[in-house]
Amino acid sequence: MGKFFAITILLIAILSAIPIVMHTWEAPADISTHGHLIDEQMSETMAEAGISFLAAQLLLAFFIWQFSNRGTETKLKSFPGGAKALVIAALLVVGVEVLALGVFGVKAWADVYLTPPSANAMPIQVQAGQFAFYFRYPGPDGKFGPLHPERINEGSQEFFGLDKEHDVESRDDIVTAEMAIPVNKEIHLLMHAKDVGHSFFVRELRAQQDFVPGLDVSLHFTATKVGRYEIVCTQLCGLGHYNMKAYLDVLSNDDFDEWLKKQAANQ
Amino acid sequence: MSMKHAIIAGLVTLTASAVALAGPAGGTISGKVTYEGTPAKMKPIDMSKEPSCAKMYTTPPVVETVVTGSGNSLQDVVVYISAGIPDDAAPSNAAVFTQKGCRYIPHVLAFQVNQEIKIINDDQTSHNIHPLPKLNREWNKSQPPGTPPISEKYDKAEFIPVKCNVHPWMHGNFAVMKNSHYVITSDGGAFTLANLPPGKYTVTAWHESYGDQSQDVTITGSEAKSVNFVFKAKPY
Repeated sequence: MGKFFAITILLIAILSAIPIVMHTWEAPADISTHGHLIDEQMSETMAEAGISFLAAQLLLAFFIWQFSNRGTETKLKSFPGGAKALVIAALLVVGVEVLALGVFGVKAWADVYLTPPSANAMPIQVQAGQFAFYFRYPGPDGKFGPLHPERINEGSQEFFGLDKEHDVESRDDIVTAEMAIPVNKEIHLLMHAKDVGHSFFVRELRAQQDFVPGLDVSLHFTATKVGRYEIVCTQLCGLGHYNMKAYLDVLSNDDFDEWLKKQAANQ
Repeated sequence: MSMKHAIIAGLVTLTASAVALAGPAGGTISGKVTYEGTPAKMKPIDMSKEPSCAKMYTTPPVVETVVTGSGNSLQDVVVYISAGIPDDAAPSNAAVFTQKGCRYIPHVLAFQVNQEIKIINDDQTSHNIHPLPKLNREWNKSQPPGTPPISEKYDKAEFIPVKCNVHPWMHGNFAVMKNSHYVITSDGGAFTLANLPPGKYTVTAWHESYGDQSQDVTITGSEAKSVNFVFKAKPY
């Protein structure tokens, strides 16, 4: 019985490792300049965790095979050095692994979150609210007009609460339900939540950022491939969370200019 | 009796029965609702987050908060008798509010206190209708596609904005009326309130963006009185 159990554990460990090692499920296309950093971090984590997992399962299977169905006379061997040595060894092995991942991951984290956007990054404001994302471009004057939350009226498509009558900078602002960006241009997202917590996630961009109500949050990235991608909300925000998404269109420079002109005409 | 007498008697009988069957004759208040000035531009609605609805349109639909018609007329105005007539019992038929193409049809639904309203989901996506009353009880209900209509009623007269919790652009209105004398204007802005017994009435016209206006009208017999409403359009 014990030997059968040992074989089962070994088989499960190997069979579950095979699809990971064979890259059976491809990661989504990487369309971001910092995407490779995230993907490398992911691969390192998988490798370290995977090796530890296989080693642990192998050891477990070995010990079950060797010591199951033993008579009561056979003494259990103890870990060399006793319990204290076991705890210290476990701490060292796990600690070194986690520390290594952290150290290697710091560069990826810093590149995405701790470096400021370049001065000529294109600013786009993102508002997350139950249950849609809306976007605002500053328009030809390059300035975002002030927000007046008490003026928000979704039935009239006034999602941001702009006062175009009294605020001059708001008059050329362009509010859209889809986010289009030019390819190979750094984008600086200025994000806030209208109501509860949400999260902005584009898997191909390897970019994810939580919205915390009351905070102005920022994210910057550069997209490298033209295409249409999904922005999904990845923070449970209520009964419509499953339906909360928007589309990201990465366009050539000319296509983007044309798109922006068309959107401006609809304001 | 001679033939002539018989014919006259017959005609008198017919006329008398026609008058008796016609019921109480009433006065009529009719008119037009128009606007002056420039209304704000009605923006197109981008439904890209709900592809099953977006694909139903070849050109995007526009916001319906101000719907104008020919001759500077204003549509979706509820014109009703707000004073001078007793309350009516609710009719037995239901008023129907449909969700189709991720819009509310009609944009303004008028019905009476305690009259049943039936809310239908004719789309392939779930909706969560959320009327926002101030006097009545507030509720919201989820309605997956293919589920039976929601049946509700309101017990207080009120104008209630309606939104969908899932689709922020969906917007409509419930007009809960105390009596049966109400009409909603369409293209041309014309309205007629008929069968009004003699009395002093207040006619009110309500528009969701431009507010409401009232005028007093007196009916003495079965005459037709004319009353017009002009709303000031707001450019923003």
